[in-house]
Amino acid sequence: MNPKRSTFLFSVLCFGMAFLYVPMALLVLYSFNHSKLVPVWGGFSLRWYKTLFTSEEVWNALTLSLQVAVVNATFATLLGTLAGLALVRFGRFRGRTLFTGMISAPLVMPEVITGLSLLLLFITMNELLGWPSSRGVTTITIAHITFSMAYVAVIIQSRLSGVAQDLEEAAQDLGGKPLRVMFDITLPLLAPGMLAGWLLAFTLSLDDLVIASFVSGPGANTLPMLIYSRVRLGLRPDINALATIIIMTVAIGVALAGYLLMRQRKQIDRDRQMAAAGAAT
Amino acid sequence: MTSATSAATDVYLERPWLDAAAEPFIRIQGVSKRFGDFTAVENVDLDIYRGELFSLLGGSGCGKTTLLRMLAGFETPTVGRITIDNADMTEAPPYQRPVNMMFQSYALFPHMNVADNVAYGLKRDRVPKNEIARRVAEILSMVELQEFGKRKPHQLSGGQRQRVALARALVKQPKVLLLDEPLAALDKRLREQTQFELMNLQERLGVTFIVVTHDQEEAMTLSTRIAVMDAGRIIQVGEPGEVYERPKTRKIANFIGSINTFDGRIVTVDGDAGELALSCPAFSSPLKVPREADLKAGQKATLAIRPEKIMMSKDAPEDRALARLQGEVVELAYMGNLSIYRVQVDGDGGDNNDGDGGDIIQVTAPNLQRVDRRNIEWDDRVWLSWRPDNSFILRD
Repeated sequence: MNPKRSTFLFSVLCFGMAFLYVPMALLVLYSFNHSKLVPVWGGFSLRWYKTLFTSEEVWNALTLSLQVAVVNATFATLLGTLAGLALVRFGRFRGRTLFTGMISAPLVMPEVITGLSLLLLFITMNELLGWPSSRGVTTITIAHITFSMAYVAVIIQSRLSGVAQDLEEAAQDLGGKPLRVMFDITLPLLAPGMLAGWLLAFTLSLDDLVIASFVSGPGANTLPMLIYSRVRLGLRPDINALATIIIMTVAIGVALAGYLLMRQRKQIDRDRQMAAAGAAT
Repeated sequence: MTSATSAATDVYLERPWLDAAAEPFIRIQGVSKRFGDFTAVENVDLDIYRGELFSLLGGSGCGKTTLLRMLAGFETPTVGRITIDNADMTEAPPYQRPVNMMFQSYALFPHMNVADNVAYGLKRDRVPKNEIARRVAEILSMVELQEFGKRKPHQLSGGQRQRVALARALVKQPKVLLLDEPLAALDKRLREQTQFELMNLQERLGVTFIVVTHDQEEAMTLSTRIAVMDAGRIIQVGEPGEVYERPKTRKIANFIGSINTFDGRIVTVDGDAGELALSCPAFSSPLKVPREADLKAGQKATLAIRPEKIMMSKDAPEDRALARLQGEVVELAYMGNLSIYRVQVDGDGGDNNDGDGGDIIQVTAPNLQRVDRRNIEWDDRVWLSWRPDNSFILRD
């Protein structure tokens, strides 16, 4: 290969990697900085981790965020799966096109608009129905469900088109009534898609700042809201420590998923070989 | 007299479609299926008898799969009626029909192992557990997969998967087994072997099989009878030999095997002898061929002869009763067991006066000699001859 071009490619690679990872590396590095001033290096220390773990505010925000994320992911998966099933399997019912468009609208709607409209909805509901009387965990969760549901529905839709319809037909042909077939065949095959949907909804919720800010009330701060409000008052080293923990968690999660996937692929390869060997005998 | 009657009954036992009094097992009456503006199946009438291995043969989009899906209950006819064993099944959902289907893709449940796949239908019928185990083991040993019960479908080879699909469809002892392109996904060698296994199994179980296929050879070897479909209609129903030797139209003749045709005009019709005389410009004298009922003297008709029915020799045949032509070998394809010759016949062939020489006639002949001892080569002058009653009349 042309050595000149390979140098060029190599430098492009280095630059790209640096672009992606230098900021994160800096953040991790400064989380171990003893100095109170973020950009001044004052020696290695775990001081800010200690501060972080003793801060009740951070713990509250984290628990709230996780709580919202779990409830959101569960409900969004449930509703999104039903919507996806309806869209793919119920044929051409009246208003299907409209429904398809409406389910994907939250995907393209600017978050500011979604947040604002939901805030307006909650205020109006409070005036007309007396519920929700205050904004907080409940309103954030509801808001998150509305937009993550759309993502789940899209995942389920694509997954369902992949789950060959002839499997369901075969089950019916063998005597399974439609509801039975759904529990025996469709849902088990859909499980990976539902898991992916759940994880996506969980991440979306954990990540969201804009919508949560709109529909939250006094005292209910999610983790992104807390981080944002603190950073606005100036860079603080304990936030670096928090960010480092989040990065580590994600990295470990991704590595674990990668390992499991690789193991599964190896197993499939082994199975193929076994099948081929079996056919030869 | 008695022996004659019993002989006739025997024929009817093996071939109930010849017996006007026999009661069909499956009746398809005036069935059409429309999807919007598109007509997939048009006005199909078909009777299928108990124990038959019946093939629906046709190219893609001819409606054969739609017809099969209506028998399985995945589609409902737009008009018409389907009865199976005297029960009206036109509107019955798939899970209430005494019919099972083997899918082209096999449609094995990927999250269940082989034994669970096979047991699924029995579980839905609430068969007792120990009986399920017994019947699953029995059917798996019948398809020689008794050791594979714990495997998942993706751990099996294509041929094994095909047998699992077959076992799963047969374990419920259906009245009718529907097979959608059962051998299409197998390689050639395995396909031939499986054909015979399928026939043996069908004979042993006595279940009525209905097979959808686009492969004419497969239909010929497997079936008791074949229905040839085109554009949503059934254009001919008959035993394999009948469909091959006496195809009704040029389309069928071309679809099943190859054919040589000659334009001509009917000179005389001899009802008593069951033959008619046809004069073709390609032949010096009129040919006597088996009669088609509704043809009259003076009508135009097409004479057809299959390539393997033609004898080829360097010397003129002595038998004056044979239809004969002379020509030159222009192409020769060696296929191992047989050879295909393309012979350009002298004269103008008669169907057009463009002066570019006569028709090209295709002849297949078994390679009785080793290829290095072959006595007919390119550019050789040859005589083509055949018994006129081996040819037949085609309608367009």
